[in-house]
Amino acid sequence: MTVQQSSSAHGASRSGNFLRNQMRNIAPFATLILLMIFFSIASPSFATIDNASNILTQISVTGIMAVGLTFVILCGEIDLSVASIANATGIVVAFFTLQEAYVNIANVPLPGWLAIVFALAACVALGLVNAVGTTVIGIPSFIMTLAMMQIGAGICALLVRGQIAYNVPDLVMTLGSGRVFGFPAIALVLIAFLIVGHLTLSYTRFGRYIYMVGGNREAAEYSGVNVKLVLGAALVICAVCSGIAGMLGVAHFGSAQQNEFDGYLLDAIAAVVVGGTSLFGGRGGIGNTIVGLCVLGVLNNGLDHIQIDSFLKILIRGLILLAALIVNVYVQNIRTVERAEGA
Amino acid sequence: MTSETTVPSGDTPRLQMLGISKSFGGVTALRDVDFTLRAGEIHGLVGENGAGKSTMMKIIAGVHTGYEGKMLIDGQEVHFRSARDALAAGIGMVHQELSIMPDLSVGENVFLGKQPLTAAGTVDWRGMMSAAHEQLKSLGIDVDPKTRMGDLPIGLQQLIELARVIFSGARIIILDEPTSALSPPEVQVLFDVLKGVRASGRSIVFISHFLDDILSISDTVTVFRNGRLVVTHGVEGIDKGWLIEKMIGTGHQDLEESYTGNIALASRPDAPVVLAAEGLSYGRAYSDVSFDVRAGEILGIYGFMGCGQIELARTLFGKLKADRGTLSIGGRMRRLRNTTQAREAGIAFVPENRRSMLFYEQPVYKNVSISILGRISRLWLKPKIERSIARKHVESLHIRPPRAEVQLGALSGGNQQKVALAKWLTHRPKVLVLSEPTRGMDVGAKDDVVKIVRQLRDEGLAVIVVSAEPETVLSLADRVLVMKKGRIVREFANETISKDRLLEAA
Repeated sequence: MTVQQSSSAHGASRSGNFLRNQMRNIAPFATLILLMIFFSIASPSFATIDNASNILTQISVTGIMAVGLTFVILCGEIDLSVASIANATGIVVAFFTLQEAYVNIANVPLPGWLAIVFALAACVALGLVNAVGTTVIGIPSFIMTLAMMQIGAGICALLVRGQIAYNVPDLVMTLGSGRVFGFPAIALVLIAFLIVGHLTLSYTRFGRYIYMVGGNREAAEYSGVNVKLVLGAALVICAVCSGIAGMLGVAHFGSAQQNEFDGYLLDAIAAVVVGGTSLFGGRGGIGNTIVGLCVLGVLNNGLDHIQIDSFLKILIRGLILLAALIVNVYVQNIRTVERAEGA
Repeated sequence: MTSETTVPSGDTPRLQMLGISKSFGGVTALRDVDFTLRAGEIHGLVGENGAGKSTMMKIIAGVHTGYEGKMLIDGQEVHFRSARDALAAGIGMVHQELSIMPDLSVGENVFLGKQPLTAAGTVDWRGMMSAAHEQLKSLGIDVDPKTRMGDLPIGLQQLIELARVIFSGARIIILDEPTSALSPPEVQVLFDVLKGVRASGRSIVFISHFLDDILSISDTVTVFRNGRLVVTHGVEGIDKGWLIEKMIGTGHQDLEESYTGNIALASRPDAPVVLAAEGLSYGRAYSDVSFDVRAGEILGIYGFMGCGQIELARTLFGKLKADRGTLSIGGRMRRLRNTTQAREAGIAFVPENRRSMLFYEQPVYKNVSISILGRISRLWLKPKIERSIARKHVESLHIRPPRAEVQLGALSGGNQQKVALAKWLTHRPKVLVLSEPTRGMDVGAKDDVVKIVRQLRDEGLAVIVVSAEPETVLSLADRVLVMKKGRIVREFANETISKDRLLEAA
């Protein structure tokens, strides 16, 4: 009898729960729709096919980083070195490419494919350092990747020594700034990353482990999941995504230099969190990241279309991010309270 | 100083509780309890888990504020509205889990929250250190007050916490399981200090499962059972056996819930040894533990809370790494570096806290499949197989509601425990380690779990049940090891066992 009663009580509150459970997904989507309506009315140049393609291109570099970051945040960890690793990898690939005579860098020209291999090896290595520091040594990821942020900046500084490099291998150039059937290639790369990321997280064993480790790390360990391996893999995946974003970004911007990606750390984290992926891990996914990317892309792009103080733009972005964080933590608190009451 | 030494006039007790009753949501925890604590006495308090000792002490310490009955201190009626009130009235408590600050010095710990200040408003370090030194010395504790607290052995840390409680002006001091983490010499030091405290006219309530300790330090002993105060008796002329009898009761009514009856243990000496531990040691928790488990037997490991059995169970599953000793599973030596290796070696583990092995926000089937995902799929998930495996377990274990897609958090505790077991049932492990498998469950759910575990045993699985509840061990085990302060002190095999004999050994 008691079992029967308790199960029906849960049934009654389920519909109410559903809305609250979905708040994480509904709030970012509603924000996106509102922003799109607002900018469409405020500026006639906003709602055009051309501009949509613009937005897609603009969010591509951030987006590729955000895919990797989604893995890490789903585990309940953070990676602050994404932009720094992107910058370093972009510079490494340029460093191994033949530059024009006026570029005053003591670089080492190699065949294009080898330069790309070296660049990938560099970001894998940096990711491995993050992984070993976090899992084997036990440094909190927040601090470990903060150190990596500096290390990446240091590598950039050493390789270019204040100069600017322009050339990257042809393949990188094509993917970063070329067009395929009139469509920006970098946006196609982003879409490919989003699809692969989503398939990995939702349909593979590794993806399940990511969600379980993020949802309850202790329980994952007591179920025999190799938690450290999963965390380490997430950090390496994130570094590789960042590295590829960095290479394509260099091609996209047309130059490789220090501090080129400085704004991208915040954007990448914001995209994941604004989309509704839980900062505490275990909830969210690539779908959320897509919405978060669109919110950020529409906001950045839209603010350019309306007459607004460019300094105010920064503040508005900050406020939107704050609002997203409040929703994120608020939703988490509802769940925690429910769980405590269920005890 | 004079106020502290005043002894209440005549026979007025230091503390009197009259007709105290307390219930939690319809469950009665205390029933009409009359309790008296005299000035300058050490009063031992015994009873099984859930007998009402803790509830009683929490009322005295102002933690539980809603209760029936009257409480008098020195003949004056009081009703505390908070733990702060109780503290102000001179009631101090030293918990089993010490609340010391390991990174502060001994002196700072003694004066925590009320450091003496200089005229300039800064902390008077010199004054604080010398005062701490003298106060500790007056209790017979000789420690340099500048020592970092965390560097001291547990016994000393506890004494310093006790000192803090005394110097904060406590006249009634409640000690909860003070000896569980102490070695025999440390216990002796504690007792010497307590005798000094008693001589100063303060009253001590000494709660413990260790009956020998109770008998050697107390002046008076009170026994609780099922929320009632059974008896209060001077310590002269009573012994351990008498206490155990009072604790578990011999009346007809109690017989059903407490296994006073003899249980015949039938071990299987012919079955192959599946897991053998040799000289395992882990930090302060346990040392030199050796035992083996055979296929088709349930080995019970019993010990009081904090006796090292929890850590031992975690070591078997690779969560903790033993400092010394060896473990062989299925005849092969194994060094388990993490839980994944333990799982692959054929060990399954259900920890005492369900929360630490279940995913409350995930559906039942994902909870069941997580520990066997590697066997179901290499790369791509196969949700259909996951669901069908889960459905099979949901059906055979009678999990309610009977659907594999329900979110785990929506299940009752007993059903959650069944899901926790189900995780390990698809591909049979060699050894199943269960820590407190029936804790906090209602009778029906307990019976279900007992049935499931017995069935697994009959199918040839080696099962280790670790528990601090005698009933759990007695209802399941074919062979029982008793742990006491980190060591195995007694084995019950091929004989009859009863609850009093089990308690006697621990």
